[in-house]
Amino acid sequence: MTKIKYIEHNGKEHIVEVQNGLTVMEGAVQNDIPGIDADCGGSMSCATCHVYVKEDWYDKLPKKDMGEDDMLDQAYEPNSNSRLSCQIMVSDDLDGLTVHMPEKQV
Amino acid sequence: MIKTDVVIVGAGPTGLFCAHQLGIIGLKCEIVDNLDKIGGQCIELYPDKPIYDIPAVPECTGEELTNNLIEQIKPFKFNFHLNDRVQELTNENDNWVVKTTNGKEFHTPNVVIAGGVGSFEPRKFPTKSAEKFDGTSVLYSIKDKTIFKDKSVAIFGGGDSALDWAIELSNTSKVSLIHRREEFRGAPASVQKIKELSEKNIINLFTKYSIKDVKGNGSLEEVEIKSEEGESKILKADYVLGFFGLIMQLGPIAEWGLNLDKKAIPVNTENFETNKKGIFAIGDICTYPGKLKLILSGFHEGALAARGCFKYARPNEKYRFEFTTASNTIKDRLGIK
Repeated sequence: MTKIKYIEHNGKEHIVEVQNGLTVMEGAVQNDIPGIDADCGGSMSCATCHVYVKEDWYDKLPKKDMGEDDMLDQAYEPNSNSRLSCQIMVSDDLDGLTVHMPEKQV
Repeated sequence: MIKTDVVIVGAGPTGLFCAHQLGIIGLKCEIVDNLDKIGGQCIELYPDKPIYDIPAVPECTGEELTNNLIEQIKPFKFNFHLNDRVQELTNENDNWVVKTTNGKEFHTPNVVIAGGVGSFEPRKFPTKSAEKFDGTSVLYSIKDKTIFKDKSVAIFGGGDSALDWAIELSNTSKVSLIHRREEFRGAPASVQKIKELSEKNIINLFTKYSIKDVKGNGSLEEVEIKSEEGESKILKADYVLGFFGLIMQLGPIAEWGLNLDKKAIPVNTENFETNKKGIFAIGDICTYPGKLKLILSGFHEGALAARGCFKYARPNEKYRFEFTTASNTIKDRLGIK
């Protein structure tokens, strides 16, 4: 289990233990954390699980796969800290990861 | 007004296979979809992506799957109502009156909602000020390109729609193309063409910029763009076009008095009926304990919902289960001699 901190746009924090092997998106959905829609269910075809990851963690995450940035083009207010949470696999290395949710997903 | 046994909302794989099952058991249906083509997410989101988990089909693309499903229901000659959206659902003497955005009206005892995650709509600019010009000078699709002649047009986006329109409109308009990063996801040939047009100063290209504000008294006059560092620029613009792909919105479905669990409709697993008699939900839009969002689950749900429709469409008949291999009635329905 790995601790992940999700911060809603209004500042509300949720710290949950997520099983390794799940994605950061699944961690949010399974724990009923608002702010991540994940309409397509994790097939990288909708950009509604968009999160911002601050530099300290951003650089430690596995790099984006081909296609993730293409999908992020279609997200709500993407920037250079943007990731799709369905593409971040939880592992021991990510213990303490903090992700920030955008104002909205659609 | 069209009278039918079932109205299916959504022409994705689940809706199509449900139509097939209705045809097999001798019911008629009409299929409505907001998109301009048949296939739902398979066609809109991943026509070229291979799918590996359709039973007995080791690999096929979203487009191939759709084409095969269309082929499979051909014998039944069902009507499709594309580019149209079911807006209103009201109950009249145990029948559902279904009204669409284009003014069509269906009377039916059964409605099967196979709407995926809702209807596809263009993603809009996050800027509040853009709403004021929405539909007049802030546009998300182009119906008549002649309105842009000799005008300044600011196009946002990095995919094929943005690139193709930037290239096309640069013949007759002053085009600026704005994209949030340096890489484009459009076809390589279009990206190359954009670079050439930018070098020749035919297109003003701004990468690593996004929209900040649109301004104008009455009509649109300028658009302000910003970089991530906070630097901003003002561009003259008569029109602003945004091409950020499509998002899925539950839309009017939320207004039909159905129980909702987040964005999904709870159903029973016997026939996938919702809390309203004669309204069924199948595929990604329905939820129940153990729900899997797989196409194959949608097929199963459609087959059972079709049988559920039978008892309301043919209240005086008894449904009899038959195999397609053995039944002459079914072979007749399929037009097999």
